[in-house]
Amino acid sequence: MSKILVIAEHLDGKLNSSTARAVSAAIAVKGEVIDVLVLADSVDAIATEAAKINGVSRVLTVARSENAHALAAVLAPQIAKTAAGYSHVFVPSTTFGKDVAPRVAALLGVAQVSDVMSVEGTHTFRRPIYAGNAIITVEADAAHTVVATIRSASWGAAATGTGSAPIEALTVDVALPTHTRFVELKQGSSDRPDLQSASKVVSGGRGVGSKENFDIIFKFADRIGAAVGASRAAVDAGYVPSDLQVGQTGKIIAPELYVAIGISGAIQHLTGIKDAGTIVAINKDGEAPIFEVADFGLVGDLFKLIPELEAQLR
Amino acid sequence: MKILVGYKRVVDYNVRIQVKSDGTGVVTDGVKLSANPFDDIALEEALRLREKGVAEEVIVVGIGPADLTAHLRNGLAMGANRAIHVLTADATQPLTAARVFLKLIEKEQPGLVILGKQAIDDDANQTGQMLAALWDRPQATFASKVEIAGDKATVTREVDAGLEVIEAALPAVITTDLRLNEPRFIKLPDIMKAKSKPIETIEFGSLDVEAHDHLKTTHYAAPAKRSKGVMVKDAAELVAALKQKGLL
Repeated sequence: MSKILVIAEHLDGKLNSSTARAVSAAIAVKGEVIDVLVLADSVDAIATEAAKINGVSRVLTVARSENAHALAAVLAPQIAKTAAGYSHVFVPSTTFGKDVAPRVAALLGVAQVSDVMSVEGTHTFRRPIYAGNAIITVEADAAHTVVATIRSASWGAAATGTGSAPIEALTVDVALPTHTRFVELKQGSSDRPDLQSASKVVSGGRGVGSKENFDIIFKFADRIGAAVGASRAAVDAGYVPSDLQVGQTGKIIAPELYVAIGISGAIQHLTGIKDAGTIVAINKDGEAPIFEVADFGLVGDLFKLIPELEAQLR
Repeated sequence: MKILVGYKRVVDYNVRIQVKSDGTGVVTDGVKLSANPFDDIALEEALRLREKGVAEEVIVVGIGPADLTAHLRNGLAMGANRAIHVLTADATQPLTAARVFLKLIEKEQPGLVILGKQAIDDDANQTGQMLAALWDRPQATFASKVEIAGDKATVTREVDAGLEVIEAALPAVITTDLRLNEPRFIKLPDIMKAKSKPIETIEFGSLDVEAHDHLKTTHYAAPAKRSKGVMVKDAAELVAALKQKGLL
């Protein structure tokens, strides 16, 4: 019998949708019990939201002032202690979950399955390696608790609304370390959508030619409400900072629309966009590899074509 | 202060990964191998801390077969003082790697351990966090800025919501993100110099580390392929096509 503990991710008193996605994976395991654990300083609003997710058995809360910020070193001992009696601990594979879950696994003395894409059985999962260029099937040891992170892009959020799980406050008797201190969170202040989570992304490559020329990419992205990305070649050439880099060593993204402008399509870039809904490529070289993966390709000079696209959108 | 740096060898990021047709693995024969890019960033950060006078010694650590020595020489050529080669023919899962590092920590007593946030082969993103848990010390993952003052590290972390700053008491584990620095290129004279730097070889078996793998990979598959789409003739046709799909 599978008893699954899902760790809630939240910020500013609101539940992150990654939590309901992790619940979907727990439902796929056919867990008889799916409990959501909320660790926060003020738990009520978050727990109320979590209780509405369909399929959730109980919402467990641990309200402590130390839980005001998601410090892995502070949360992990509480999660590890609560995990006793559960067969699985699922955590969203976001920077929150990637930070805390391995610390929980190590405290439990078990391995972790990272980035679960699909559930094949109670202890069998599929996950990507080599930036998604290979998909492996892994079997976890059934004698131990399974700690796994759930790849958000692979799972829809479990529906909310009809659920009304009971909320229970827990007291977790465990010593918490004081060696790590939260200082501040600087949230992105840009008016542009965040590259990692945007539904539309416009990226520029070496073909854009210079830092100054990159303005045309920013303007076009603003015109269609898209985030801006770049190829490694454009970053290496100094056109844009490296936080805009899309690809194996940059960000791996899955927007609904991806527009690659002046990007030839090096393998390391393509691995970062494989899960995009629709890929558009604009390049002056009709032989560029980017056209092999593009849903729509347009061959020509980007400095002529982008103004034409903007004119069409007016 | 000593800094321990994890220095893993992986299939080069420019190699097109091929899954073997029988599903038993990916093709690695004759494929170019390089340092894990995030580990190059980890080593670069350690070298900069030494150049600032924060650290005296930088030690690169590799876990792998006998021919890993050549890879560790690259780390020495980049500037590490010495290398530790934990010799094993088997692939090492993150929990085992973390247990190995803990043994080396007991021996070397570093003030800081810097690892890549993930290796670009298994993409696990676990070893640093697991090590910090086993060591019962702070972790600062996905670092894009590191400042050391006295016995504290102030680390800026790249998180989904933006940039988070935390303060960690030393010793601590830091894992690197892409923005932390740009690793230096190795110069020819440094390659010559590296030849005389020490590499200590430690048999994995002598470390008394539990090597039980809880995870078994039973099958490898190629990802679902994207099919080639259509070429449009001009901007008007492209906009019309995207509007039809509800994307504009």
